[in-house]
Amino acid sequence: MAVNELPDNVAITNLDQLVSWCRKNSLWPMPFATACCGIELMATGASRHDIARFGAEVFRFSPRQCDLMIVAGRVVMKMLPVLQRIWQQMLEPKWCISMGACASTGGVFDTYCVVQGIDRFIPVDMYVPGCPPRPEQLLQAVMDLQAKIQREGTVFGREFAGEKAQQPKRALRENP
Amino acid sequence: MTGGSETGGRVDSPAHIPEPLFSEIVAAVGGARPSEFRGQQRIVVPPERIYDALAVLRDRYGFDMLVDITCVDYLNYRGATDRFGLVYVLTNTEQNKRLVIRCYVNDPNPAVRSVVPLFEAANWLEREVWDMFGIRFEGHPDLRRILLPEEFTAHPLRKDYPLQGRGERHNFPVITRESG
Repeated sequence: MAVNELPDNVAITNLDQLVSWCRKNSLWPMPFATACCGIELMATGASRHDIARFGAEVFRFSPRQCDLMIVAGRVVMKMLPVLQRIWQQMLEPKWCISMGACASTGGVFDTYCVVQGIDRFIPVDMYVPGCPPRPEQLLQAVMDLQAKIQREGTVFGREFAGEKAQQPKRALRENP
Repeated sequence: MTGGSETGGRVDSPAHIPEPLFSEIVAAVGGARPSEFRGQQRIVVPPERIYDALAVLRDRYGFDMLVDITCVDYLNYRGATDRFGLVYVLTNTEQNKRLVIRCYVNDPNPAVRSVVPLFEAANWLEREVWDMFGIRFEGHPDLRRILLPEEFTAHPLRKDYPLQGRGERHNFPVITRESG
């Protein structure tokens, strides 16, 4: 039988593509909601916006069962070791969405106790601007992350091992 | 210092302490510069007398509830003569009266006697003032930081502490994809 005469419901792909397709449609979020962005995160999970349409409705409060961390809200310096520990407890492959201005940059809280962007200390895949962002924006981030997983994903996570993946997104320095 | 002469708009508050009694309280606690602002009455006492003053107010005048202890840093404040102003807010729950007791302490080693033996509520309040302003409360049973991490070294609500800190918020290990 020639290759171009496949029977119905049969498709040819490679394993990376197949695994990435499975992973991207069953993201289990870890809601690290510390502030008002967490309210929008809850609204995203509720029936009107319904994140279940993207296979990501299973919010788990144990990091052992999650593969998508959504950091929603400001992170203070006393909370950051907790955030890092929870990130390390999550199983690989794992991704991170930095939701809102505070999680991404510190927002208006440019004070001694608020971390000026979580991407200085943990890897971040998607940033969502807004204060707080609309649920549509978070859904767009989930869709973009799904596209990224489909595009780059590999069975054994080679995309996380490259040198570029190790570099922090921003230089670690204090503003004068 | 602040207080003393200014009086705000007169407010007929039920918490207001009527006059013969208020003067008696000022004399009893050894206070000075009684003042009033919008119906809130304040007495300044010397820092070494703060414990005795609160004891007298609790036992003889029925101020049985310590509402708050807080602090103000008067560094570079116009007309200020002292560095730190401590604020003790008391309530008489029987008669619904309120009273603010103040005292001023200075560098080096700003310290007052702890009032935890009088009011159990002072325990965490004094720890917060110690955490944020570095005022030492002599005789406190457990004077540790209450809000900031234990390894923090500064007292950040002092006016000479920079708003963005001294790098504490960036003093963390960076977790990369490989190490995490």
